[in-house]
Amino acid sequence: MNYHWNWAILFAQEPGGSGTYLHYLLVGLAWTLATALAAWLIALSIGGIVGTLRTTNHPWVVRAGNAYVEIFRNVPLLVQMFLWYFVVPELLPAALGDWIKQMPPPWGSYVPAVLCLGLYTSVRIAEQTKASIQSLPRGQRYAGTAMGLSQFQTYRYVILPQAVRIILPPLTSEFMNIIKNSSVALTIGLMELTGRAKSMQEFSFQVFEAFAAATVIYMITNLVVVLGMRWVERKVRVPGLISATRGAQAAAH
Amino acid sequence: MSGFDWGEITSNLPYLFEVGMVFTVKLTVLAMFGGIFFGTLLAMMRLSHLRTVSMLAGGYVNLMRSIPLVLVIFWFFFLVPYIGAWILREPRPIPVGAFYSALITFTMFEAAYYCEIMRAGIQSIARGQVWSGYALGLDYWQTMGHIVLPQAFRNMLPVLLTQTIILFQDTSLVYVISATDFLGAAAKIANRDYRLVEMYSFVAVVYFIVSFGLSLLVRRLQSKIAVVR
Repeated sequence: MNYHWNWAILFAQEPGGSGTYLHYLLVGLAWTLATALAAWLIALSIGGIVGTLRTTNHPWVVRAGNAYVEIFRNVPLLVQMFLWYFVVPELLPAALGDWIKQMPPPWGSYVPAVLCLGLYTSVRIAEQTKASIQSLPRGQRYAGTAMGLSQFQTYRYVILPQAVRIILPPLTSEFMNIIKNSSVALTIGLMELTGRAKSMQEFSFQVFEAFAAATVIYMITNLVVVLGMRWVERKVRVPGLISATRGAQAAAH
Repeated sequence: MSGFDWGEITSNLPYLFEVGMVFTVKLTVLAMFGGIFFGTLLAMMRLSHLRTVSMLAGGYVNLMRSIPLVLVIFWFFFLVPYIGAWILREPRPIPVGAFYSALITFTMFEAAYYCEIMRAGIQSIARGQVWSGYALGLDYWQTMGHIVLPQAFRNMLPVLLTQTIILFQDTSLVYVISATDFLGAAAKIANRDYRLVEMYSFVAVVYFIVSFGLSLLVRRLQSKIAVVR
């Protein structure tokens, strides 16, 4: 094996003139996080609503929710990415489609990537939400009804405050998934961390330094996310809810 | 949009399926068997009493699970030729081609995920069964091979198959190394004829039908197993 290691390449100037290669990769990390966080907001709001609706007693609402989940779960993320980037602008009215296609880079890739990742992840969050609501003892719902609460009030004051705490651990791994999945956006030209590692390799020919640096950055990011979410879990914990939490984790796996 | 051109799809069906889908299915099936094999070994290593062995397997699994699949595909695409040269003592990296590169990547990557499933499966078997195996005079491999693993596979079959459906969808990512899988074949035609809407919609529908159909089968299997148990 005659590969020439050159770790100093990380501190060499990248050809675009923006700074060192390390800086170039860290800007990629910023794009990765910007994509993941924006998509996370979409995923949480839609996923939370769809997941909750799927546990109500309106059969048509439940069916619509199930259809939504099956559609987004059974098409590969990369294909969905292409649909948002190449197909959706063609299906919209011509003026709107042209406006989307003419968005200056990087927004032309960023917006479809965020929409795609957001809806893709919303389905997984809907599943987790449903599982955590269903892991609550049935008596909670009956108790709400017995006290004269409407279904909406039962959800608002009894079910959801507990479900939100149960869902936190699986949400941690979903958030790490969305960070990892944002790398698929490189196929539609978003220069996030993996995309920049690839182009660094093309410019500098130092393949393994580029990918090793990206790998280390991803691992540090994961560590920060895990520690941060652990802190949040401790903050919102309700004593006595631990057994219910275990049930939801078992259901999620 | 200049009218949906069905002819574009029908005239390219042979190429899409005979080249593209064959690649995808071959890759999925081989990576599934390889992944379950190495995943089971990794699970046994993770549950080992030897600390170094379990830490090694745990480190590998955590590494694979914390970086994106796209990055793993790039890693192996460039790394495998060097490993090949090292094994065969050649002075130059050995080109392996997109299919074998992808096969090695998906086997090694999915092994980490199958490992977690098999670990749960092995842990779901009552410890008493292992002890009775030892009491009968079986050694570790016999106890695992004849008592624990057959039950673990059986209990985890629906989860293993669900993971395989995910693997089937994930193989579309070989697009990043320009392999001609089902999506890659469609992308090549789409760009040649400038028919992106037709090709990508069709690809999405086919992936949906296959994945959804398989997931329905898995659900039926799950209820069957649940009844027998």
